[in-house]
Amino acid sequence: MSAAPTSFLGKDLLALEPLTAEQIRLILDTAEPLKEISERQIKKVPTLRGKTVVNLFFEASTRTRISFEFAEKRMSADTVSIAASGSSVQKGETLVDTARNLEAMRIDMVVIRHASSGAARFLAERIESSVINAGDGKHEHPTQGLLDLLTIRDHRGTIEGLKVCICGDVLHSRVARSNIHGLKRLGAEVGVCGPLTLMPADVDALGVRWFNRIEAAIEWADVLNVLRLQLERMKGGFIPSLREYNRVFGVTRARVEAKQGDLLILHPGPMNRGVEIDSDVADGPHSVILQQVTNGVAVRMAVLYLLAGGPAPEGGDA
Amino acid sequence: MSRVLIRGGRVVDPSQGMDAVADVLIADGRVARVGEGIDAPEGTETVDASGLVVAPGLIDVHVHLREPGGEHKETIATGARAAAAGGFTAVVAMPNTDPPIDSIALVGYVKAAGLRAGGARVFPSGCITLGQKGEQLTEIGELVSAGAVCVTDDGRPVMNAGLLRMALEYAQSFDLPVAVHEEELTLSRGGTMNEGIIATRLGLTGIPNAAEDVMIARDLMLAELTGGRLHIQHVATRTGVELIRAAKAKGVRVTAEGSPHHFTLTDEAVEWYNTNAKMNPPLRSAADRDAVRAGVADGTLDVIATDHAPHHYDEKEQAFEDAPNGIVGLETAVGLAYTELVATGLIDLPTLVERMSCAPARSMNLDRIGLGSLRPGSAGDVTILDPMAEWTVDPARFVSLSKNTPFGGRKLRCRAVRTLIGGQTAWQYNA
Ligand SMILES: [Zn+2]
Repeated sequence: MSAAPTSFLGKDLLALEPLTAEQIRLILDTAEPLKEISERQIKKVPTLRGKTVVNLFFEASTRTRISFEFAEKRMSADTVSIAASGSSVQKGETLVDTARNLEAMRIDMVVIRHASSGAARFLAERIESSVINAGDGKHEHPTQGLLDLLTIRDHRGTIEGLKVCICGDVLHSRVARSNIHGLKRLGAEVGVCGPLTLMPADVDALGVRWFNRIEAAIEWADVLNVLRLQLERMKGGFIPSLREYNRVFGVTRARVEAKQGDLLILHPGPMNRGVEIDSDVADGPHSVILQQVTNGVAVRMAVLYLLAGGPAPEGGDA
Repeated sequence: MSRVLIRGGRVVDPSQGMDAVADVLIADGRVARVGEGIDAPEGTETVDASGLVVAPGLIDVHVHLREPGGEHKETIATGARAAAAGGFTAVVAMPNTDPPIDSIALVGYVKAAGLRAGGARVFPSGCITLGQKGEQLTEIGELVSAGAVCVTDDGRPVMNAGLLRMALEYAQSFDLPVAVHEEELTLSRGGTMNEGIIATRLGLTGIPNAAEDVMIARDLMLAELTGGRLHIQHVATRTGVELIRAAKAKGVRVTAEGSPHHFTLTDEAVEWYNTNAKMNPPLRSAADRDAVRAGVADGTLDVIATDHAPHHYDEKEQAFEDAPNGIVGLETAVGLAYTELVATGLIDLPTLVERMSCAPARSMNLDRIGLGSLRPGSAGDVTILDPMAEWTVDPARFVSLSKNTPFGGRKLRCRAVRTLIGGQTAWQYNA
């Protein structure tokens, strides 16, 4: 990193893999009271007044971008959002040039979404500003992982000892990687479920168990995190057809009802209803999908606050 | 008559089974005598080689000189000088330039530019298929007459097995090696590093060993079928080494390369997104690295070749997946080979000279013009090595136009201190 750590979290939030349990808990604990701000009549606090945040989205993602923008505005930051289309990036400006320009403009924080794994780290190593990874290629999407953790903790009280199964296209999913690292760090048992064509090599070396049947995964799990199946995976030959995927790996009402005991169902959205998840499950009593969206804003407010120099925990050995 | 007498060095020349302290006299560009206490007539230039190793000039059969089309990365002239600085007296230039070297005119261009370069001798290679498209054979006989020493579509595999069969058969009219880059593209598909836990953690698409292995297996079968001369480039997998070892035992005419980066590094070097560790074939596991070492040691991999692949720093200064493949290798090869293989006791010094001079010469028929040997009458190409030298890789000091190396800061032993080509000093190390 080019700059000395500025907070208990360090300069940047690039991934959950390097974070300690204490650091993750701090973010979740900080997010908890921030949820209340979104319930207020005037949804704004002055915490980040005078700070400039750039949202740099090289890859389309309306949901994540809007969630970050809400978080920034509710903290009173000055924000600029740049989408790749129409920006100089499309005209061949490199990531290095982008970094140099950001540095010259004295930005405080950059939120970056990029199609290449490692792009957020690349930027962070070249600028003094704090960088928040909003999804880099197939690597990580740490704030999504954190909002999933917060949502699970809201409903179960703790992460430790829970059995959480991540279902679907783990191979191409940055959400899955952030979830696996975060969950394991907080003491959960983690499973993955899907055909081997959608599992990364040596996934067991990450300390997760693989389920080849969704029925077994549901039976085992306290929590299911159902990933979005990119529809182009079918053309890529990773699965034979969407129909077959739903038949074999879909989270359907019958499968969920066959389970003994509680089950919490998450999905990072947007959903392919009738493919990886059926509508009556997505809208049913086990689903906490809309709370994930609410928690997303709170978690991002917490991350912005902490990276901007918010306090370390009492007795924290930062 | 110009004469050079290299005095008192340890002359290591496996081509004549020689390893002894001796003098080497070169007259008019050719080795005149090798022996003890040679008297030189008046006007002979003498080089004191006491404490040093005198070897037949090192030969790198796999370098990318980027000209034409990529002159901002390297030119034939800068590449030839970088080769000499690394102790190489001859290199084989890969034809995946822009445009690719698939015609008699382009082979002639590379050859002529090499003659003007003032560094290592530059031997052109030609493409196997027109434009390296994998569809139609080039005029291989014409390319040979213009000076090509082998054909290769390096950078890409020949995916069409029937076409490679034809190349292996057709090239036999010219006793020409067909050099192959082994990669099954539907298995490597878009991968940027070794498939495994590091790729999984970094979120990079992995290339399985099988992408290389199935093509090596296929091409060994085609070499056996045709009786043609197959040369397998930059072998990086343990199964690949095993397959070649077994084929050689059966008498298949195959030679193969091990690259310094593949016998030194593993895919751990990619962490965190180090684009100077991005290459194709990718750096693999420790088991694969060890198999490449063992393959070089027992001669399954006959040749140490660098796959010198220069890139401008702007091109490596990108997100990992967007950066081009390859590292420069000419100026670190001897040091890496000595440090990793000789100093560790895996091979002795004569074996290093065999892998870096004699075998490369034979694999590309360059022994027929007197390269890879110090026998009287041979070409007068000599590399003088200081095996006791200890040095630290400093890319800023590279003669190559490009500096993309994962070895910056690495401490190495052994370096070339003087490179003579045709009896002329082409490069000399100044401390
Ligand atoms: Zn190659």
